[in-house]
Amino acid sequence: MQSRFTSALFAALLTLLLGSLLLGVTMVSEGIDLVLELSEPHKIYGLIIGAALVFIIQYFKQEVGAVTTRLRGDGSFEMPAFIRTPKQQRLWGFMAVGALLIFPFVSSRGAVDIATLTLIYVMLGLGLNIVVGLAGLLDLGYVGFYAVGAYSYALLNFYFGLSFWVALPIAGLLAALFGFILGFPVLRLRGDYLAIVTLGFGEIIRILLNNWTDLTGGPNGIARIPKPDLFGLEFNRRASEGGQTFHEFFGIPYSSEYKVIFLYLLAFALVLLTLYVINRLIRMPIGRAWEALREDEIACRALGLNPTVIKLTAFTIGASFAGFAGSFFAARQGFISPESFTFIESAIILAIVVLGGMGSQLGIILAAMAMTILPEMAREFDEYRMLLFGLMMVLMMIWRPQGLLPMKRPHLELKRD
Amino acid sequence: MTNLLEVKDLTMRFGGLLAVNGVSLSVKEKQIVSVIGPNGAGKTTVFNCISGFYIPTGGDVVFQGRPMQGKPGHLIAREGMVRTFQNVRLFKEMTVIENLLVAQHMHAEHNLLKGFFLTPGYRKKEKELMDRAAHWLDRVGLLEFANREAGNLAYGQQRRLEIARCMVTEPKLLMLDEPAAGLNPNETKELDELIMHLRDDHGVSVMLIEHDMGLVMGISDHIVVINQGAPLASGTPAEIQANPDVIKAYLGED
Ligand SMILES: Nc1ncnc2c1ncn2[C@@H]1O[C@H](COP(=O)(O)OP(=O)(O)OP(=O)(O)O)[C@@H](O)[C@H]1O
Ligand SMILES: [Mg+2]
Repeated sequence: MQSRFTSALFAALLTLLLGSLLLGVTMVSEGIDLVLELSEPHKIYGLIIGAALVFIIQYFKQEVGAVTTRLRGDGSFEMPAFIRTPKQQRLWGFMAVGALLIFPFVSSRGAVDIATLTLIYVMLGLGLNIVVGLAGLLDLGYVGFYAVGAYSYALLNFYFGLSFWVALPIAGLLAALFGFILGFPVLRLRGDYLAIVTLGFGEIIRILLNNWTDLTGGPNGIARIPKPDLFGLEFNRRASEGGQTFHEFFGIPYSSEYKVIFLYLLAFALVLLTLYVINRLIRMPIGRAWEALREDEIACRALGLNPTVIKLTAFTIGASFAGFAGSFFAARQGFISPESFTFIESAIILAIVVLGGMGSQLGIILAAMAMTILPEMAREFDEYRMLLFGLMMVLMMIWRPQGLLPMKRPHLELKRD
Repeated sequence: MTNLLEVKDLTMRFGGLLAVNGVSLSVKEKQIVSVIGPNGAGKTTVFNCISGFYIPTGGDVVFQGRPMQGKPGHLIAREGMVRTFQNVRLFKEMTVIENLLVAQHMHAEHNLLKGFFLTPGYRKKEKELMDRAAHWLDRVGLLEFANREAGNLAYGQQRRLEIARCMVTEPKLLMLDEPAAGLNPNETKELDELIMHLRDDHGVSVMLIEHDMGLVMGISDHIVVINQGAPLASGTPAEIQANPDVIKAYLGED
């Protein structure tokens, strides 16, 4: 009993000490000097409440532990009864697609905008999932391929006037090429080493874009990237030379909402395509080989599988999806600069994969929604967003270390004879 | 009759340690050859050198008349020499049937476009893989667990799945590293029957590392004894059992 009290008190005091250095005092410049001042009262109260919370949690650690283990469950996950059979799942899938198609027409412009962003992250999460979730290769530089895709479209358009639709496949191919190039030096690496090298690769791409000013415009980025068109119809107020606008063609008044809705629907189509392609891939020999590589590389070799080829295909195909997402991102923003492709983006995409439950596609969609919509809703707490992000990760690791929806193995029917 | 596998003067050095020192052996078609020896004798290292997981320091490995030394493991496996490991190495989070499908990767249709559009040729190939997998699951008595995760099987079942996983690749030579370790007497007897069956009905040759002397003496056509990396004796089970050097090595006399 005694030790329980002292250890809880110690933890609370430690919190108070560390917290008061971080939050309790502020530095104010007075002339040329910096002086320490006590923070505003609400921060001090917050600190004291925080320390009290730490004390209570530490004091009732056993009880709290019992609750969290109960919450964590046994790792297995069953769909609710109404979405268990494949037929029911297909029905729900169709309903979800239908709802998402109607969504932009009944929601505010801001909501549609955020939804489009979410869809970009879904695409990125699904692509990275190939590398991390399926092939088990921890890639911290995925944003590099996203950047390659975005700059591919921006530069091809700037220098050669290529349209979005022509640049989209090229961006995918270029990102795939970069994935392939990155694949080579890291073939022999695993785990931590692989993570560090890929992290470096992502940074190299960003720094290159930042410094190659002649080609990329450096930190100023590239502006006025045209939006995608719909079979040649533009969504601007006035048509470009020789072009035609959407509203003129249909004889309706101009509204900037058409553009927003069109971008959303385009992103949605890209996500559906991505889902379809990856779903096919994981049921094909290549997808099985990715998972086998994650499980046991040595056993793969003993069975005649070439780990080199499998890793390269995972990097290449995974990167191509980032390329598609990147060129869409460039088209939607109309402006890109290296600042959009910092490490934190890689971290967010990785968080989506891990939160979603490695390998599970539905989980990734949910996690992408959580990772983009929650920060939007928490905009008032702007400076605390990263803190909330961290808190969410910690809670997830306690509550469901296996992710929201761990991957479910496909059931294969055998003909019995 | 030519030998399926011919190993001459195999040597493997790890820094100052001579783990394998001049081991020679040969495996004929449809033969069961066992490699025995005390713990740390270098048996697993011999396997690793033959199957391309280590590059031997010296010696020749000739399989079906072609030199193998220096080739990477996956290429040697494609020649028809597959192996298991001393510890179970299944794809644990994949299902039993998926384990067998992965193993047939070399027989599978790799053209991504054919896979995307589910061409008849692709479907036919995939069906062949499924049928072969089902056949072998039935053989090792795991058909009812086809959709169970491999890591959730009982230990003895995992061992059998490993053998099935080798067999779906349709190998010429099957190399088993201590397949009976951790099995109960009943399971060991089943393993014994399975190995005989593989040899008699499927025409594979088997190389076996095993400490269970009952099993080894019962099924081997030929036995190679290694002690501290060096060859100690070789011959039929009867010859080995009567060899005073072997008895000495096993009883630890010096
Ligand atoms: N990769 C390696 N690096 C250094 N030494 C090694 C390596 N692999 C094996 N050895 C050494 O080689 C010797 C033979 O090991 P090996 O595993 O081949 O023995 P074994 O006969 O299979 O024994 P057991 O019956 O215990 O499996 C041991 O002394 C071991 O420590
Ligand atoms: Mg061994």
